Amino acid sequence: MSQKIVIVDYGAGNLKSAQNATQRAARELGGGFEVVVSSDPKDVQNADRVILPGVGAFADCMAGLTAVEGMIEAMHKRVILDAVPFLGICVGMQLLASEGREKIYTHGLDWIPGIVKHIEPNDKTLKVPHMGWNTLTQTNPHPMLDDLDIGPDGLNAYFVHSYHFEVADPAHLLATVEYGQTLTAIVGRDNLIATQFHPEKSQSLGLKFISNFLNWSL
Amino acid sequence: MTLKTRLIPCLDVKDGRVVKGVNFVDLVDAGDPVESAIAYDAAGADELCFLDITASHEGRETIYDVVARTAAHCFMPLTVGGGIRTVEDIRKLLLSGADKVSINSAAVKDPDFINRAADKFGNQCIVVSVDAKRRAEDALVEGQSKWEIYTHGGRNATGIDAIEFAKDMVKRGAGELLVTSMDRDGTKIGFDLELTRAISDAVEVPVIASGGVGTLDHLVDGVNEGRASAVLAASIFHFGTYSIGEAKQHMAQSGIAVRQDNVAKG
Repeated sequence: MSQKIVIVDYGAGNLKSAQNATQRAARELGGGFEVVVSSDPKDVQNADRVILPGVGAFADCMAGLTAVEGMIEAMHKRVILDAVPFLGICVGMQLLASEGREKIYTHGLDWIPGIVKHIEPNDKTLKVPHMGWNTLTQTNPHPMLDDLDIGPDGLNAYFVHSYHFEVADPAHLLATVEYGQTLTAIVGRDNLIATQFHPEKSQSLGLKFISNFLNWSL
Repeated sequence: MTLKTRLIPCLDVKDGRVVKGVNFVDLVDAGDPVESAIAYDAAGADELCFLDITASHEGRETIYDVVARTAAHCFMPLTVGGGIRTVEDIRKLLLSGADKVSINSAAVKDPDFINRAADKFGNQCIVVSVDAKRRAEDALVEGQSKWEIYTHGGRNATGIDAIEFAKDMVKRGAGELLVTSMDRDGTKIGFDLELTRAISDAVEVPVIASGGVGTLDHLVDGVNEGRASAVLAASIFHFGTYSIGEAKQHMAQSGIAVRQDNVAKG
């Protein structure tokens, strides 16, 4: 039986990249995965792993996700109650927060307590968005990060964001990135992991990260 | 530790083939864009840019196929520009696998298009291409900058002030500006650094410097003097004058933080 990986389609941006990268990682693992892009809650209900991508504004993404009838309920059932591995990417990570403060205040999924706030670099010459390649600093142990070549001299990850996730519980912060202030790069708890950077755009680091997600056993 | 300065090779594409001309005329056919993209990916380019240079005049269906085939092989950001007119054009490119789109003529003709595009797809994927030429000394306008916006690959003057245009585009939702000196494009004598810096200082979003790179020092100047967040070049890479690795090494030796994952990791 191959594992079913569902990439949730709720009208937020470019799912092709996430699909391409997940398929490549799956092939490199020797197959055994069916990668599905779907807006059907039934696919989420029988997924073995769930990926929530997302680009754009927090409020728009939350509205988009809410607009897919039954999707948030299906995700809650499969990811929170059944505890299948979950990967959030970029705004798909930020939606896990309690609240987003982009344009307007919006409730998030509240799966990882915290608030999504605008980046305010101390160095005012720094451009916002934080766009491009940067290295990660691991702040808590996690099995998916064990064999990943990260750290100040490690591989770079690709970021594009103007907002970042301030987690309420430091135990949920797995890695950070420096950009005039310390920004959240990876969050996680239990069966949830999520990245501010785009693993599907982060070349070797990203493919390895996705590969580790496909292999992650709880 | 720090955000890296991006090095972006640009492939000018016509009818599904790579070309690069001096000052946008006198085109030389030089290869398959997907093959070139894969090579740049392996060499450690930080992003890729496709510019569909004849898109304003001819059918552009070929670019969707080029983008889709590239995105299936390259796991790095991909920007596509040229002839983008409608929200539907953007959607088709994003669905093909592009991450960002670069908009020029349509932004000049209908600035509200940038608002609509950014609202629909997010600022992060809307790059506005600021194609500017220096005004002649006797044509300088009181209260305006030295540069004027051009469209259609540098053929059409608009009378619009380049700095004011750049600021307006960011206000409307451009997440990044691709600043090309139409005086320098294809000349290999370096970026118009004054232009790059004037725009970079005027906006808070990242600026990509483009147009005129002939040596590796030009890339360094674009960052240090032009204050660009990224530097874009076409011919020096495409015709093999320099490799991506050589360019990054030179930038690193000049004190610029660049990503050298491929170099460091073999």
